[in-house]
Amino acid sequence: MSLLTTLARLEAVRSGRAEPLATVRHRHLSDRPMVVVPLTAAGEAGAPLAVMLGTDRDAPRLHLVPQPLNRTLRFDFLAELAADLLPYLESFAEDVEQIEGSEKDPETGEKTQVFRELCADAPQLIVPNGAGVRHLALLGRSTRFRRTVEDDEPGPYPAPVRVPLLGRWLTHLTDRAQVPGTSLLLSMTGLLARHWATGQSHLEDQHLAARLAWHAPPRGLTGAEAAERAESARDDRGQLLHPPAGPATDPRFDEFVLAPAIARYDAATAALQHGVEQRDEAAAERARAAVRTAVEELREVLTAVLLPTWRDVWHGLDLLRTLPPAGHLAERWTGDRWSYTGHRDRLAAGEPPQPRQDDAVTAARKLAQREREQARLDVQEALDDPLAMAGHRLAGEAFSGVVTEVVPDYDTTGRSPKPRPLVTLRTADRPHADLGREAHRVRSEAEGGPAAQKAEIAAVDPAGGTITLRMLSGMGRKKEPEPGSLPEPGDLVTFTLFELTVRQSAPLPEPDDTPWTHGGPPGAAPVPAPSVSEEWE
Amino acid sequence: MNVSTNVPSSGHAEPLAQRLAELRGPAPQRSLNARSLAALAANPGCHRRAVLDAAGVDKSALAARLGRPAPFGQSPFAIARGVIFESRLKADDYAALLEPLRAHLGVPADGGAPVQVPDLLHRSGPAVRADRTVEALARAAADPDAWTLLDHPMLRLDVAGGTAYLEPDAVVVHGGRCTVVEIKSFPVLDGGADPAKVGAAARQAAVYVLALQQAAAALAGRPLATDPYTEQRLPGSPRSSVLLVCPKDFGNRPTAVAVDVRRELATTRRQLGQMTGIGRLLAELPAGADFDLAADEDGVPTRSAEELAASVEAVPAAYGPDCLSTCELGFHCRARARCGDRVEQLGRGVRGELGSIRTVTQALAAAATEAVTAEATTDAETGPDEAAERLAYAAALRAEALGRIPVAGRA
Amino acid sequence: MAEMSTEQAPGAAADAAVARILAATVHPPAGAPRGVVVDSPPGAGKSTLVVRAARELVGAGERLMIVAQTNGQVDDLVGRLAEKAPELTIGRLHAADSRPGPEVLKHANVTLSDKVADLVEHDVVVSTSAKWQWVRAEAPWRHAIVDEAYQMRSDALLAVARLFERALFVGDPGQLDPFTVVGTEQWAGLSYDPSSSAVVTMLAHNPQIEPHRLPVSWRLPASAAPLISRAFYPYTPFRSGTGPDDRRLTAAVRPDGSALDAAIDRAAEHGWALLELPARHTVRTDPQAVAAVAATVRRLLERGLTARSEQGEAPLTADRIAVGTAHRDQAAAVRAALLTAGVPVDQAAGPAVTVDTANRLQGREYDVTVVLHPLSGRPDATAFHLETGRLCVLASRHRHACIVVARAGIGELLDEHPSTEPVQLGVPVTFPDGWEANHQVLDHLTEHRIRLR
Ligand code: SF4
Repeated sequence: MSLLTTLARLEAVRSGRAEPLATVRHRHLSDRPMVVVPLTAAGEAGAPLAVMLGTDRDAPRLHLVPQPLNRTLRFDFLAELAADLLPYLESFAEDVEQIEGSEKDPETGEKTQVFRELCADAPQLIVPNGAGVRHLALLGRSTRFRRTVEDDEPGPYPAPVRVPLLGRWLTHLTDRAQVPGTSLLLSMTGLLARHWATGQSHLEDQHLAARLAWHAPPRGLTGAEAAERAESARDDRGQLLHPPAGPATDPRFDEFVLAPAIARYDAATAALQHGVEQRDEAAAERARAAVRTAVEELREVLTAVLLPTWRDVWHGLDLLRTLPPAGHLAERWTGDRWSYTGHRDRLAAGEPPQPRQDDAVTAARKLAQREREQARLDVQEALDDPLAMAGHRLAGEAFSGVVTEVVPDYDTTGRSPKPRPLVTLRTADRPHADLGREAHRVRSEAEGGPAAQKAEIAAVDPAGGTITLRMLSGMGRKKEPEPGSLPEPGDLVTFTLFELTVRQSAPLPEPDDTPWTHGGPPGAAPVPAPSVSEEWE
Repeated sequence: MNVSTNVPSSGHAEPLAQRLAELRGPAPQRSLNARSLAALAANPGCHRRAVLDAAGVDKSALAARLGRPAPFGQSPFAIARGVIFESRLKADDYAALLEPLRAHLGVPADGGAPVQVPDLLHRSGPAVRADRTVEALARAAADPDAWTLLDHPMLRLDVAGGTAYLEPDAVVVHGGRCTVVEIKSFPVLDGGADPAKVGAAARQAAVYVLALQQAAAALAGRPLATDPYTEQRLPGSPRSSVLLVCPKDFGNRPTAVAVDVRRELATTRRQLGQMTGIGRLLAELPAGADFDLAADEDGVPTRSAEELAASVEAVPAAYGPDCLSTCELGFHCRARARCGDRVEQLGRGVRGELGSIRTVTQALAAAATEAVTAEATTDAETGPDEAAERLAYAAALRAEALGRIPVAGRA
Repeated sequence: MAEMSTEQAPGAAADAAVARILAATVHPPAGAPRGVVVDSPPGAGKSTLVVRAARELVGAGERLMIVAQTNGQVDDLVGRLAEKAPELTIGRLHAADSRPGPEVLKHANVTLSDKVADLVEHDVVVSTSAKWQWVRAEAPWRHAIVDEAYQMRSDALLAVARLFERALFVGDPGQLDPFTVVGTEQWAGLSYDPSSSAVVTMLAHNPQIEPHRLPVSWRLPASAAPLISRAFYPYTPFRSGTGPDDRRLTAAVRPDGSALDAAIDRAAEHGWALLELPARHTVRTDPQAVAAVAATVRRLLERGLTARSEQGEAPLTADRIAVGTAHRDQAAAVRAALLTAGVPVDQAAGPAVTVDTANRLQGREYDVTVVLHPLSGRPDATAFHLETGRLCVLASRHRHACIVVARAGIGELLDEHPSTEPVQLGVPVTFPDGWEANHQVLDHLTEHRIRLR
């Protein structure tokens, strides 16, 4: 945690309310996000219990598994979820724009103009917390290899047709969520943590309701008091007033509310089966009604524990929308759109589901991508948000100040002299500005845009609080700098000691060319057939 | 691991044990269990926890009495599943357990001799069970070809001048050496598992390995090796890799993974060794302070909540937010830390940047002072605290970025 | 613990190891694995080995590529090769935007270029792994030497391995591991985890390779090798190539009775000194600790020390002294304090004290080092500060003596440190644990403690 963040937290302790950590919104928010609040059944790895989802805050939809140990019911749930979520995910696939690019012919090396489709928008899923993201990843992992009746060998327990497709989408979204700065799948706790500091620790901030308590504590309460109430206040039956945001449920809810409701459901289905076996229509009819009642009851209790979190997520979205969008959001969202389009295309091309484990080359590519995107995110956030830049200034990696002097100078070693003016600024910042170190001038769109302007540290006078830089580029090709390419005395300027453009990653071999150091090419092994142990039991 | 009774060992430790028993009052003693070990690992520097654990105080009950009960609980679904899983392991003469174990030890699958499961007198008291375990272990180790499974054996461990009894899930003996088996209900998915949970399991298993090492050394009449990484290959001594048995993928089938616990073993040895310093901590307790949770016949508690709170307060704590998930007193200590305005309430990490500043008020006061410019305070000996200076600088930058004051440097 | 032949003289043991390595590298028997791995503890003659292997490979008619990890390492290596093997033609491949300094150019047998095509005909081409990753070569080299291979990340090796058929990997497993700032949990436990060390990956895929070991440290004095070996290489011990009397530090100026001088004399006599400041929680750039470091360095220079060793006798000049820190801002603070004290720190302007972080001191060697203990004054220890490699690097750069500056209280800090490290299934445990190693070093240093009030 940087000292700036700590300071914001300290302020929040004193004010009893969340304090800003950003002046702009650093993540894209869709106009039509899909909020997904999942719950899992305790004791089973990633076994779903229920999910509340929707794009309309006033119309959440609930899907549930009345008996989480029952495979058929779980498949029914997944089919329902697929039927609900896939249309949303697929609704962005049609509207495309054509992006012009060029492709190099590998044989001739000739460049030809090509057009590629890019979806005009992309879906966005918002879950309450990081554990929600991990739950979706588990769901994706457990469903994407499922066989369905449409497979050649459906196996003993074919899943409903669209379930594996849902698994592949969830896998794609959760994988993408690992890439820094992306917005296809976001957790609300993560979003809030980026933009506001509370007066509690990161660990406590994982609790969505406790975290939100700092944003709007009830009258007369501090954020800390409101948060503690959200964490631990219980009613006279021992149930939490504010259920946790999942996916795990409160053990006492399981014990005193959920387990009895499931038991009633089990009893009703047993009675139904008995009635059917005994051909006792009247009893069966009664039992059917009892099953319906039991499901209805489960619906009620699950709705009751999900709704508070559902509202919390939307409340979080409201808070985030109060911040103006950061300048580079559109650029990063375009990356998300490419990611979405790419997955759409892979599905259309009939490619197999994502493997359980990446091969060596894919893993290295993903790591390179994440590192590149992390670097890009750091730079873009710094450029978009003075508070982010302040973090770099505090760390000695950037400095801002007012220009006091600009002295023309020239590099005359070449055939024609080049401008190498000296710019001196007064600053209270104390950067790690070793002599000769490269620095980069931050220029707004109006000042020549993002094109880098390089300089090097020419003199540092800590006592006088001045730094002199020799400008090295971005001044045109003539002997004298282009008008407007240099700051003038009185101008406020910012330089960074880190590059403002992100370096490309080095090329990696194709998976089929994996070298001996990394085990050679991955065997052309087919997707492993799901074994029996794949099943939840 | 189960809760069992601590029996003070004889000799010099007597007064200490006596004092600890007084602190606890007549309530039954809680032995080291998985959670107290987790709390020890998570916060070895906390004197409060150390004293309460050494005295065997029921921290859950104490937390409830203090008005902020521990939030820990287990869902009946999870318990049920754990029971089913363990029963599966025992089916078919422990086949599910032995198969991966043989593979791990590099013994052919049709390992010959059938597995022996000696009766470890589970109904008896801990001391009897522990003696029985020692015997069974010695006998099993004597025959290198035999396969012996000690189902829930009872191990002794000397801690802080007393004897703690520990009950691992299972210990398998073969080839004259034994292997600790730890059964957990979190899944191993595609060969990986939740690293935090594996870490906790490894630390827990390391305690068993340590107890078995002590036992083997005692049996051989040799001291325990001083180098924590050395594996003493004594008869019946434990291997330093334990076997973690978990459900595989999304199913309920067991899979076993070897986990090297040498590192955890070294850490545990040092931490348990420190618990012997408990006498020093007790000496600082004011007279009359105790943690008696008992009640008289009418159900009237011996100590009021205020008295208990005062006793707890008398032992210094080292609160950090991870206490919330590792120690029963987490919510209580957090409330105290907040009352005390401690910066630790924000996380242990924040202290790293705040130097000797310990309270929120101090920190904010430092931040509020006039931002110090570069030329000021270069005298290292007398200059104001660097942390304060940096806070002031950070506050100036923050204010500038949030548009709260005029831009720095413009003046 | 592995056996170590103590009867054999260090020189003979080291020669035998080197001979085995060279044989395996230059004349691999038929069917031998494609890689040779050499684990080299600090100062065990890794660079000498690389030069010898290069000469012998070229002598056997091979062209050779060498991969190092940083530009500094490449320049060092090129300089050494050019000097020790004047018969070789050496190509120094560099990135377009980072031309090496003038020292490299002073050798007649070195050619610089940013295009590999200009250099392929040279006996040896040296570059960083980052640059090699971009090389598109038609005809790969048959042989490569990968230097500081434990610092190289697995994904970097994946990108360059196509360039060679066989390789000699040389490195120090005890130094700092490669790292990344993004999440990599999903690959933990995979043999080819892209964020792990290149050697670890390569060995996992080529289990028939038995790493060789250089058994003798020529850098570390007899006072340091046993501690460093025990604390950081518990399963692969090594020893010092010199005896207790082979290295001597003597001061021309008598001690002035100060703690600083006491620490210097202690270090001169025992190889170690712990200059301990009163316990206090501080920020990283603890002004008093920084001042103590700077004052120690100044006294070292003022007292006119002479370093006598098997290589002869030389005055302890500024360029033979290094200051090691954990963080960049600490290094910057020490540099500033030294400048104020009139001690040269700018290498470009003549002999100067090196002040750098552990990361940058890897692979370097000095007569005396002054180390600001990574845990000094910290209210909490973090994984970063406990990282084994960091302390190992800092405590193993010296030929004569190491003076550690720290605030009291590190022992308590270590004892209070939560030990809740996560454990990844399938990831081999690396030894030692940073916490344990820190304790061992601290225990030893405590015997040589001088209190500064
Ligand atoms: S909760 Fe309190 S008693 Fe428990 S470890 Fe934390 S500070 Fe110590």
